[in-house]
Amino acid sequence: MRSPDNGYLRQNRRVSKVASTTVRDSFSVSLTVGAYGVAFGAASVANGFSVLQSCLLSLLTFSGASQFAVVGVMGAGGNPISAVATASLLGVRNGLYGVIMAPRLKVRGIKRIVAAQITIDESTGVALNQESRGADAMRHGFYLTGYGVFIFWNLFTLAGALGAQAMGDIRAWGLDAAVPGAFLGLVWPRLVTHRDRIIAISAVALALALTPILPAGLPIIATAFIAIAVGLRP
Amino acid sequence: MSALWIATIGTSTIAFLLKYSGHSIPERFLSNPKIQRINALIPIALLSALVGVQTISEKSKLIIDHRLAGVGVAIIALFLKAPFPVVVLSAACTSAAIYNWF
Repeated sequence: MRSPDNGYLRQNRRVSKVASTTVRDSFSVSLTVGAYGVAFGAASVANGFSVLQSCLLSLLTFSGASQFAVVGVMGAGGNPISAVATASLLGVRNGLYGVIMAPRLKVRGIKRIVAAQITIDESTGVALNQESRGADAMRHGFYLTGYGVFIFWNLFTLAGALGAQAMGDIRAWGLDAAVPGAFLGLVWPRLVTHRDRIIAISAVALALALTPILPAGLPIIATAFIAIAVGLRP
Repeated sequence: MSALWIATIGTSTIAFLLKYSGHSIPERFLSNPKIQRINALIPIALLSALVGVQTISEKSKLIIDHRLAGVGVAIIALFLKAPFPVVVLSAACTSAAIYNWF
């Protein structure tokens, strides 16, 4: 925690510096992840969903992994119950992020509904990365990234859904590696101690080991138990 | 209502309820230092798992392809203290180059 009695000028200089860094981080994440909405829109239409349904999923579900899961399961011939269950398992982590963000945002009513809707990997990740720059920077990072991803994700979903037939292969543009690259860039600054790095490596190993065994989504959720086990130790 | 509409609306409803319930858990549940520690560690675990799964898996299969090369170059960029956009672009460019040329 920073002391609140920093000199006015010094604090001001820090604020402007914080703002540009936070804006840059938020914009990079928003554009990168948002652009992946093209892939979702295309995948959704290719799996039989209408353009309207694809856009509603991006507006209302607004969680990439859950959205890919639901269109993937339906496209593979799954029933809606298993599709919703798989998507919801992937959405549990957004609830965990909500627990982390709520005490830092302190919002009620409509503002809480809006904050909840934009509580995703990216907004939480950018917010937590601003931790050393103070509480205001965390809130700015959360909202800038949340709104930014929301805008780009929905615009690109519409574009992808409309252009599904004409669109080329997103892998040719490297987007399928840019997204894990973005998550890596988000988690990297969190890996401060030896313990943090062990948790990260263990989580990758556990998730990959479970991927062939468990339904999509569960391997990611299962790694929360690593965090719980380490956190419970004295 | 068609199966696709059930999937669309069901997923959207539960996704929002999960997000909102996280925001509505009373703050006092977070005053326990162990819970605070777990909360700080959970994003490390989940984001790392996402990196792994999105890099080396496709559906339920483990696959090593162009994406791993992209993420590998991103790791090098991070060790060289590159800013975030450079990290992401290096992953995309490397992956696209390998995908298009090999």
